[in-house]
Amino acid sequence: MKKEWPLWEVFIRGQHGLNHRHVGSLHAPDAEMAIKNARDVYTRRKEGVSIWVVPSAQISASDPGAKDSLFEPSMDKIYRHPSFYDIPEDVGKM
Amino acid sequence: MYAQMVKTDADKVRDISEMSPEERAFQERIDRGEKIEPTDWMPDGYRKTLIRQIGQHAHSEIVGQLPEGNWITRAPTLERKAILLAKVQDEAGHGLYLYCAAETLGVSRDELIELLHAGKMKYSSIFNYPTLNWADIGAVGWLVDGAAIMNQVPLQRTSFGPYSRAMIRICKEESFHQRQGFDIMMKMAKGTEAQRRMAQDALNRFWYPSLMMFGPSDKDSVHSAQSMAWKIKINTNDELRQKFVDQTVPQAEYLGLSIPDEHLTWNEDKGGFDFSEPDWSEFFEVLKGNGPCNRERMDARVKAWEDGAWVRDGLMAHADKRAAARQAAE
Repeated sequence: MKKEWPLWEVFIRGQHGLNHRHVGSLHAPDAEMAIKNARDVYTRRKEGVSIWVVPSAQISASDPGAKDSLFEPSMDKIYRHPSFYDIPEDVGKM
Repeated sequence: MYAQMVKTDADKVRDISEMSPEERAFQERIDRGEKIEPTDWMPDGYRKTLIRQIGQHAHSEIVGQLPEGNWITRAPTLERKAILLAKVQDEAGHGLYLYCAAETLGVSRDELIELLHAGKMKYSSIFNYPTLNWADIGAVGWLVDGAAIMNQVPLQRTSFGPYSRAMIRICKEESFHQRQGFDIMMKMAKGTEAQRRMAQDALNRFWYPSLMMFGPSDKDSVHSAQSMAWKIKINTNDELRQKFVDQTVPQAEYLGLSIPDEHLTWNEDKGGFDFSEPDWSEFFEVLKGNGPCNRERMDARVKAWEDGAWVRDGLMAHADKRAAARQAAE
């Protein structure tokens, strides 16, 4: 019998209340071992206070070929950015 | 350099006008400094070369644990032992980051390991030299990790996203490795006469093998030219070797140790040192498997892999059984 350990994607939340961030992947037989391994592989220098692991096979991703059409709607809406608006200096900080 | 003489399958670097539209778009992305991600289209040669290079790099990290692991139980103080243990653990981590980066290209880690064990993949020549005494651990950190950093810092800018990200992580962790090595060398070079002699002897033995890490001159190599066009190699071997020598000579002077090269002289015109080439016939012998420790290293790796098989299989069987039980309960 020979079966390679499945791959897990590892997400870690750093010290300061930020989101969990993807840091890499690793092999482990199950979720519990994946968390233990992630502790050793990805947090040897106090990089985090919380670990998520997700089986890589369970990740659904957008199609890189469809990148242009997928993100097109946000391309021409510069009015979504604060710098679009000219506020007179007299008004003060806004 | 942890990856040496990586072949590309190219017989010449093709001009942009000779490429298919897909290839041209790909090359233009690289030229613009964009990162290539695993699901993006890429030429077959790019994928294959990267698997070879990243795989070899990963193997080097893993095999590289052996010469240092040799001294964990014999470190002179508890502090040195804890430091060495942390360093060797880092190398294991670096190997794992790199295997994962290679796996995004469609090869599995087990496949890569089996290719290494079958002698079909390589690891860096440097790890086929023995670490005979404690001063060697200092020399390895100072010189070998120093040479590796020289190669890895530019690779942070490599075109393949997962490789670049692994390199960034590795570089962040690796500078401690070189510094702890230099720290050992300082202690010994400024210690008793016997310790100073040991430090000098370690430098003597590791100097040329460290220069070999960058590989022979590749200024005429098609493979290097292709890899550089793809930005999976950033500098030529000679450039990196020169930088390494220029950086290391003043450090040796600080230690009061002498570089074992009677031709070493400062060349004002080029703003760098002139130095002797290592014995390349020795390098090729080591690559062929005839270095002082090749057999020992591979035996140790294969033994660890085979002895650990029942643990890997057992944990997998247990996980499958529990998953099945959970499913039945639902």
